[in-house]
Amino acid sequence: MAEFVQFLFSGLTVGAVYALVALGFTLIYNASDVINFAQGEFVMLGGMTTVFLGLAGIPLPLAALLAVIFAMAVGLALHRFAIETARGANAVSLIMITIGASIFLRGAAQVFFDKQFHTLPAFFGSEPIRFVGAAILPQSLVVLAGAVVIVVLLWTFIDRTLLGKAVIATAVNRLAARLVGIDTRRIVGFSFAISAAIGAVAGILITPITLTNYDVGTLLALKGFAAAMLGGMGIAAGAVIGGLVLGLLEAFAAGYLSSQYKDAVAFLVILTVLFVMPQGLLGRAKVERV
Amino acid sequence: MLSVKDLRSGYGRIEALHGVSIEVEASEIVTLVGGNGAGKTTLLRAISGVQPITAGEIRFEDARIERSAAHSRVARGIAQVPEGRQLFAPLTVEDNLALGAWSRRNTDVAAELSYVYEHFPMLSEMRRTPAGMLSGGQQQMLAIARALMAKPRLLLLDEPSMGLAPILVDQILLVVRELKRRGLTILLVEQNARAALAIADRGYVIETGQITATGTAQELLSDSRVQAAYLGV
Repeated sequence: MAEFVQFLFSGLTVGAVYALVALGFTLIYNASDVINFAQGEFVMLGGMTTVFLGLAGIPLPLAALLAVIFAMAVGLALHRFAIETARGANAVSLIMITIGASIFLRGAAQVFFDKQFHTLPAFFGSEPIRFVGAAILPQSLVVLAGAVVIVVLLWTFIDRTLLGKAVIATAVNRLAARLVGIDTRRIVGFSFAISAAIGAVAGILITPITLTNYDVGTLLALKGFAAAMLGGMGIAAGAVIGGLVLGLLEAFAAGYLSSQYKDAVAFLVILTVLFVMPQGLLGRAKVERV
Repeated sequence: MLSVKDLRSGYGRIEALHGVSIEVEASEIVTLVGGNGAGKTTLLRAISGVQPITAGEIRFEDARIERSAAHSRVARGIAQVPEGRQLFAPLTVEDNLALGAWSRRNTDVAAELSYVYEHFPMLSEMRRTPAGMLSGGQQQMLAIARALMAKPRLLLLDEPSMGLAPILVDQILLVVRELKRRGLTILLVEQNARAALAIADRGYVIETGQITATGTAQELLSDSRVQAAYLGV
């Protein structure tokens, strides 16, 4: 039982981060049909920038805020200078561009930061909380709470504000969005910035548990992509569920089978989804009256 | 009000408009009659700025607009009801209307909303229904209402009768007439030439990307070539 709860919590914690990365994929995919494989680099930038600003003497909360803003600026620049300039290119070319951008960002981080692993102090100490025999890090709860807050904020924004609805409008019918006067380029740029912010927050929250270095984005992008595919690409609720399920599968595979197979789980998930249910868990055929 | 001169546009290397010129005066209904693939939709999309042009000029109220972005043309007062309605299907009727007023989002749009609900009471009843669940006729009404939310001075209507039962076509045309009475200038594209010419002041006939005839609606209705090609006489 204690073991089970232990795996459950570590799975949910990592799953929450996958869910946030998958949400970033979803936002950008919906707005622009681009699968942004540089999504993981936003997570890396969030953690690494906070670490280095902290080392430069800036108080950590401020450093974290600046890191999120910096990641958003990188997201906007990625859209403006890499995606927008290739407007009209097909989806595969755009995906290649994001892979290139991801390699570039990783390289830049290696040069401007360093190649070491870094950590941040846990927000509320690192004394584990005992819960039915399992030891739960307070930071795990911070990650979970942070993920919940982001999901609620994002949902409120999309569902309750006109700007949020313009994001949906751009996603479901770009032509009509342009015809009602929505500047769809700005909406897509805005989606990149929001995705970057979500990724950066995830990176900051998880760094005290998993550490960070210039290279953490690669695997996170893959895991987040697997989570988004599992939930159904383009569906926000699917991204969250896919992330949590993937995190749990990994944790239980690592715990009950062997930790060596942990990273294989994501690939198995991608393959299974592609073979068995390409629509994902929440995906369904489009029904529309004409 | 709107003046299009020698407009050329195409898809890839295939040119769809070979130098089209049309004029629309304020408070007119001008109709563009032509068969499938004649370039009607391409012309309307070029005027709205969502279809790239290769040559020619577009003037709206004496300002050159052929280089301005689609969203700034809406802000200037050109709204379009696109072919196939193109609603935001998962969003509610009210959200579709609110987005229709996007170009005026910093102003009070309550007056337009109540105007629209007064003239389309069915939309008011279904304001919380996703647009994709509406029937074809209701969707067309919503598409028109959404364009009106931008408070346009020029309304471009692309095949508003497409796929609708005859009784609904009549309803739509009544709405178009009523909009003209309200002072709106309308450029109406239709395959249903008889219905369009019945409510229009003037018309153009477009064939394979070129204007081949123009005149008052009366003249076009009695033109033997137009009768043979589009009126089935």
